[in-house]
This record gives sequence, C-alpha cells and structure tokens, in this order.
Amino acid sequence: MLKALENISALYANPTRFMGLAAKLHMPLWALAIGLLAYGLYRVANVPADYQQGETVRIMFVHVPAAWMSLFGYSFIFFASVTALIFRHPLGHVAARAAAPVGAVFTLLALITGSLWGQPMWGTWWVWDARLTSVLVLLFIYLGYIALWQAIDEPIRAARAASILAIVGFINVPIVKFSVDWWNTLHQPASVSRLARPALHADFLYPLLIMGAAFLVLFLAITLTRMQMEVLRQRLRARAGKGGAAHV
Amino acid sequence: MPILAAICRQHMHLSWRSGQTVLAVSFLFIAITLLPFGLGPELKLLRALAPGLLWVVLAISLLTSLERLFQADYEDGSLDRLLLVPLAFEAVVLAKLLGHYLALVLPLIASVPLAGLLLNIEAARLPALVAAMLCGSPALVLAGGIGAALAVSVRRGGLLTVLIAMPFYVPVLIFGAAAARVSLETGLETGVAIGPYLGILAALSAASLLLAPFAIAAALRSALR
Repeated sequence: MLKALENISALYANPTRFMGLAAKLHMPLWALAIGLLAYGLYRVANVPADYQQGETVRIMFVHVPAAWMSLFGYSFIFFASVTALIFRHPLGHVAARAAAPVGAVFTLLALITGSLWGQPMWGTWWVWDARLTSVLVLLFIYLGYIALWQAIDEPIRAARAASILAIVGFINVPIVKFSVDWWNTLHQPASVSRLARPALHADFLYPLLIMGAAFLVLFLAITLTRMQMEVLRQRLRARAGKGGAAHV
Repeated sequence: MPILAAICRQHMHLSWRSGQTVLAVSFLFIAITLLPFGLGPELKLLRALAPGLLWVVLAISLLTSLERLFQADYEDGSLDRLLLVPLAFEAVVLAKLLGHYLALVLPLIASVPLAGLLLNIEAARLPALVAAMLCGSPALVLAGGIGAALAVSVRRGGLLTVLIAMPFYVPVLIFGAAAARVSLETGLETGVAIGPYLGILAALSAASLLLAPFAIAAALRSALR
C-alpha cells in the first residue's frame, strides 16, 4: 500500500507528468463539484424547516461543511508541506500554496455563516464561544501562512519558510483548541443557551453529507486549478529568467 | 560553552546599547498610559481589568521588540558567521534568545508591578501575576522567535512577525490571565490555588523550549541559503 503510494507520488513528482494528469482530471472534477453542489443545494432547499430554528437551519448546511473544510484545508497544507520538506517532493509546496487561500475562504465562510446564524438564534453577531474563537484563531493562522508566502520574493526560500510555519502551526492548532475550550467553559457557563445537540434526522443528515462532499470536491477542484496556474507561473518566470530556477 | 555565553552576552549588550531595552519598557508604559484614556479614569474598573490588561500589554510589548531579534545580524552578515560556530545552530539560537530574554523581557516583567500600580491593582495580587509571567514568558519569546526567524529576510517584517506569532500567544494569555483571576478569588491560599496554572504555563514554555529552537534554526538556515 505504502509502496504503491510512493510509486504514484514519485510518478507525479515530475511536473510535466503532473500537468498531464491535471489536464485530464480538471474537467471531470469541476463537473462533479458543480453537480454535487447543485444537487446538495436542491436538497437543502427542500429540507423541512426546523421546529426550533425555523428557516435559519438551512444556514447550517453551508456552515458545517465550511467548518469541516477549514480544518481539512489546514491538514492538507500540513501534509503537503511535510511531503515537500521531508521527501523533497517539489509539488508539495505548490499544493500547499495553492490550497491556503481556498482553506482561508472556507474558514471565513464558516465564520460569516456562523455569525448570520447566531444573530437570530443567540441575538448577537458574535459570541466568544469556544468554537468560534478557535476558528477565528485558525483564520489568523491561515492569514499568517499566506502573508509569509507573499512577503518572501525568492521562491525556494519562501517555500521552505512557509512549510516550517505550516508544520509548527499544525502542532499549535490542537493546543489552541484545548486552551480555548478550557477558557470558555471557565468564562461563561451557559450564558449562551446552546441548543442541546439532537441526533440528526435523516432529512437533515443526508443533505448535510452531500454538501460536505460537494465542498470537498470543490476544494480539490479549485486547488487543482490553482496548482496548474502556479506551475505555469513558475515556468513562465523560469523562461523569463527572473528569480533563478524555479523549484518546479 | 564560553562561545554561547559570549553570544548571549553580546546580544544583551547590543539590546542595551542600542536602546532597545529602554524603548520596550517605554512602550509598555505608554500603552498603560493610553488605557485610561480609552477606558475612562474609573479606578474600580481599571482595578478589575488590570491583570488582563497587563498580560496583553506585556505580550504586545514583547512582540514589538521581536522584529529586530535576528534581522540586524542577518543584514550585516553576522548570522552567516554564527552558522559557522562549531556547535549546533539550535544552541546558538537559544543563546541569542536567552540574551533577548535577560536584556528585554525581564526588564519588561520587572516593570509590571509599577505599571500595575498605575492601574490601581491590589498589591497582594502582584506576586501571583509576576510569577505567572515568569512561567509563561519563555513560551512567548520562543514563539515570537519563530515569527522573527521566518520573517527575517522580509524588510519591515514587524507586522508579519506579529501575525505569525499571535496564534501561539493565545494559550499563554489564557492560562496567564486565569492565574491572575484565581489569585483574586482565593486570597490567602493563593500559592496553592495558582499552582496548576503556573504548571501549565511552565509546561507550555518547556514544550516551546523543546520545539522552537529547531523551527527557528531551520527558518534561519533557509533564509541564509
């Protein structure tokens, strides 16, 4: 299994091979993303209104998958950075860089939809709830990572610095999560009456899972497109002779 | 060992001579002075908020002092020389950080009691607050060091350093402020009550001590390549 994975990854370490594969995957991936998203939204539109939350419950079908993607995105960056740094896999840096803004936008989407949901439900746009706070910190981690990529001009240097930050930041995420959970339970016991989490009814569960799958495929599609763009940009730069030999 | 001591001492000398220490301490007091303008001169309110405000101001003063941590050495080439020291680069980095801690962070923490009096804090709470700061501040310096090292080649990398380091400050601030709060609630048995908080802060510092030098050294090496 591991050997097979290694072979595949070695095969596509070559940017030209990767570009070939990406060109083939590109259209089907986008078609799947749009199809799933359309079907998911259709299902969400037909979900019965919740007896407590009313129509606002529909926000959850965007909010929850977006929150999943915020964590998935950072894990993606972490694993891409590890493969780039440890296994010297040149596409790892490209993948990590391409995924970062996508993950950040999903994180922002989770925060905004959470806020839109919180206004009618909790009566306020923002509460320093443990989850909200740790997602906000995650957004800052994303922003720091993206800013570091942009601040360093030299591509190889930027890639190394960014992957170090990605790895250290990944260790930090659970520590922040733990301490924020602890802080919040100390600070405001039940000042926000969170709805007791009922087991999800199938009417809600399936649209949620479909939306989750749609967001996942959408994430991969956008990231793939961005990776293609990044490889092309580096080739262009290498051809123009600026910035030395690009790392792909 | 004498080499490391020399590096540490040199860093302390430079921070002192170039006025960094005085600047950082002045920054702390200026921030403290601005607070009553923002919050109002109500002494009761300031007293209630004092421990949290002091933690935040300490963290910000520390962050702003970090921009130049490695940058001067990077620009004039001394960092390349330090890389040639026949010792683990991680140890060299630690020596510099220790110098920074002694020359800059300890004076900052030492000025916290005075700054606290300006905010009308109860004198009885100061020992707990300072103890918590002593336990937690190494983690702050080490995390900030990661930010400073990653941004070392960026001109005007100060804001970038802050953005990178800030998420690492969340846990320390949480437990640091909690220790200060508990010291208010418990009165005489403060020592016992804040023990666990100091323990967690020390654990965060110890974990940073274990991990950060490697990240900092790796970041500096890649910048020098």
